[in-house]
Amino acid sequence: MSKFSTKRANTAPTISTSSLPDIIFILLFFFMVVVKLRESNLKVKTITPYATELTKLERKSLVNTMYIGRPTPQYAPIYGSKPRLQLNDKISNLNEIPLFLERHKVKLPEGQRPGITTSLKVDGDVTMGFVSDVKTELRKAGQLKINYSAKKRTERSGF
Amino acid sequence: MFVKKKKPNPEINASSMADIAFLLLIFFLVTTNIVEDKGVLVRLPQWSEEPPEDLTLNTRNVFTVLVNAQDQLLVRGELVKIQDLKARAKEFIMNPGKREDLAESSKEAIISLKNDRGTHFKQYLAVYNELKAGYSELWNEEAKKRFRKDTVEECNKEQQNEIKRDIPFVISEAEPTAFGDEK
Repeated sequence: MSKFSTKRANTAPTISTSSLPDIIFILLFFFMVVVKLRESNLKVKTITPYATELTKLERKSLVNTMYIGRPTPQYAPIYGSKPRLQLNDKISNLNEIPLFLERHKVKLPEGQRPGITTSLKVDGDVTMGFVSDVKTELRKAGQLKINYSAKKRTERSGF
Repeated sequence: MFVKKKKPNPEINASSMADIAFLLLIFFLVTTNIVEDKGVLVRLPQWSEEPPEDLTLNTRNVFTVLVNAQDQLLVRGELVKIQDLKARAKEFIMNPGKREDLAESSKEAIISLKNDRGTHFKQYLAVYNELKAGYSELWNEEAKKRFRKDTVEECNKEQQNEIKRDIPFVISEAEPTAFGDEK
């Protein structure tokens, strides 16, 4: 009787899921790009050596990371070719270490502070002189728990 | 004669595409997480302004390892390859043959590590790693002998402490020499 008859199908309408893969692909690419970005922030080359006696750093919030290596070719004209220290995103001097450690420390509650570990990502070709200087600074600042970052050595990779 | 039948355009079921993409996504998430922070854990000694007092140790209890700027190892006055370092350290600590020139007991054994400012970090870490590996092998052997466990990690806290009290991990690192420092 009514002029506007509802033209609804008897079966339930199917929801098109064809765009779902696209959404997930976007997520996938996002993660891939983000993961790459983090690494490219490094201004020094750090290829960590191999070792077998490795300890996993479990709690990321208790870890602060220092990078020691020679500046990458891109930054070599500014920072030279000698080993340098990178804290956060910039090349730093040794006297900036205490402040860097303090900044990380204040973010944590009192009870967790003894568990703070410094992860040293040191390039294998850096000479120990500079590493020793960093170690001395760490000792002066009272940060004694350190972890030399290393890759797992399999039998084949040898010494 | 050959009349093409006009088929209705069949819809491709794309619902499984999402699953495939999810799998990929999860795969990437997992593989990127594997690149986590692993490394050799070291405890530095406390800093003190005064020079450390001179300890007179019996030379037989000290296992000196010197690493020069050419990454060569001098162990107790002998040139040693890094492949042999672990076995030497283990023999020194446990002294199975009760030799006069090796450590009196595992409790007294001290490893003294000294490197040059020109030593490469990878060599330093390799040496440190070998010494640490030597100790952890000794601990595992002790765990097997005393408590019939395969590794120290399987023992309970008390047993671990007992082993580590009898074979303490003592590495004393001296201030590096500066013969081969970078100019």
